[in-house]
Amino acid sequence: MKKLINAVDDVVREQLRGMAAAHPDLIKVQIDPHYVVRADAPVQGKVALVSGGGSGHEPMHGGFVGMGMLDGACPGEVFTSPTPDQMYECAKAVNGGAGVLFIVKNYTGDVLNFETAAELAHADGIQVQSILIDDDVAVKDSLYTAGRRGVGTTVLAEKIVGGAAEAGYNLEQCADLCRKVNSYGRSMGMALTSCTVPAAGKPTFSLGDNEMEIGIGIHGEPGQKRMEMRTADEITEMMALEIINDKAYSRTVREWDNENGAWVDRELVDEPFKSGDRVIAFVNSMGGTPVSELYAIYGKLAELCQANGLTIVRNLIGPYITSLEMQGFSITLLKADDEILRFWDAPVKTPGLRWGA
Amino acid sequence: MAVTRNQIITWLEKTAVVLIDNKQYLTDLDSPIGDADHGINMARGFNKVMEKLPTVADQDIGNILKTVGMTLISSVGGASGPLYGTFYMRAGTAVMSKEELSNDDLYTMLQAGVEGVVQRGRAQAEDKTMYDAWSPALTALKAAIEAGDDTLTAIEKTVAAAEQGMKATIPLQARKGRASYLGERSIGHQDPGATSTHLILKALLHSVSN
Repeated sequence: MKKLINAVDDVVREQLRGMAAAHPDLIKVQIDPHYVVRADAPVQGKVALVSGGGSGHEPMHGGFVGMGMLDGACPGEVFTSPTPDQMYECAKAVNGGAGVLFIVKNYTGDVLNFETAAELAHADGIQVQSILIDDDVAVKDSLYTAGRRGVGTTVLAEKIVGGAAEAGYNLEQCADLCRKVNSYGRSMGMALTSCTVPAAGKPTFSLGDNEMEIGIGIHGEPGQKRMEMRTADEITEMMALEIINDKAYSRTVREWDNENGAWVDRELVDEPFKSGDRVIAFVNSMGGTPVSELYAIYGKLAELCQANGLTIVRNLIGPYITSLEMQGFSITLLKADDEILRFWDAPVKTPGLRWGA
Repeated sequence: MAVTRNQIITWLEKTAVVLIDNKQYLTDLDSPIGDADHGINMARGFNKVMEKLPTVADQDIGNILKTVGMTLISSVGGASGPLYGTFYMRAGTAVMSKEELSNDDLYTMLQAGVEGVVQRGRAQAEDKTMYDAWSPALTALKAAIEAGDDTLTAIEKTVAAAEQGMKATIPLQARKGRASYLGERSIGHQDPGATSTHLILKALLHSVSN
């Protein structure tokens, strides 16, 4: 293992110290328990957005804390979900009286820890809503798996709902919008190489020189299938068509019922894309793939969207939800309506995403 | 014969030792079907437990176990943090204020813990999770107690059942957790959670047989 680290056990802490040193105008960093909050937290009267997950996906989530996006982020160890005490302390630190929305990627660890945190925050009198992001079309069924994973749509949801919270949406409205963004978004990822978790010291999986892994999540875990290498165009087409042609996806998710202080099951169905839809297209690097290659992929993706009747109205291209140094990329398409576009275009000022401010 | 408070403390200490010793093994099991962190996370959690244990060693068994649960919840992360954390919290709640455990208490304690795991993780039998080790272990313990076995024999049977359950996860296709995304490719691998469960029960046996 060759990495720019000092001590394996300190990688998360040292990263947080560096972020605090780099962006004192935007964020505040708390160590033990670890969390990042915006510099002016708590913002009185505004719904606070909190997300979190394992480290190693930077800039997500800590890099998306700031005006117009997240109020707080809880980083776990590398690829390991953070713990409920972090989330609970973070929720208390950002709650400006209008409640806290947890944005949770559908990974078992994240889900179980955020569930515990929601119960703790509720017991403390904080209004909580918790919305699951589950947008990875590489997972076909929800009956025999833990359901679709939360990947690229998470970044878009944090931006859009962050804009809405800034504009004065209440907790219920923020939760509804977040659920809608999740149900309008679909993603798929692939890897050319594995990555190495510092504490593990060796690659999580191995791929031959001429192999690639299709349908990966974001934690270096193996994906849907292993294939021989193809050209960028062929890979892009394979993944984009799987997203564009994905059928209706239904599943039962667990959401927090704030009034009764209990978890309730909710049936959700994501409708497929249809010709004429406007979309936000997001081409993301897993960390090791250069932007030059992302543009080649975007070029093909734009062509495929047009051929399938989808109009790309906004795009985002770059490393935003990564898997350490993994080579690979993901595509996310999000159906965009006027409400979504309004808050996508709203000003944002965070270490990892900044426009209009 | 009963299980004393000191034996419970020894159990937790032996659990820490065996999980830390098997850190690499559990992590290796987690690599092909998970995210290669189970051993690392459990070792981190039980290192914290070892720090906390002396501060509660003179309390009743219920409080000791609840402290272990809270410590794991706040230090492990991943799925195993809330699952094992809930296990010890519920197990502790079931034997509050007890200084020693009868065979029935022992069953009540483990059963309450496993119920907590099922509620939190929504796992069913043959999902290829730690429940596949816990479930036969509980059944064996109950049968042994009903047959009038002494504590040591009952726990021996419990551990043997857990080991069988653990090995029986190898041919299963995972339906929960990160391994479920692999579909058929999860077949042929032993579940890391079922493995740590077996190690935890084996530590119980060693603490009672000493």
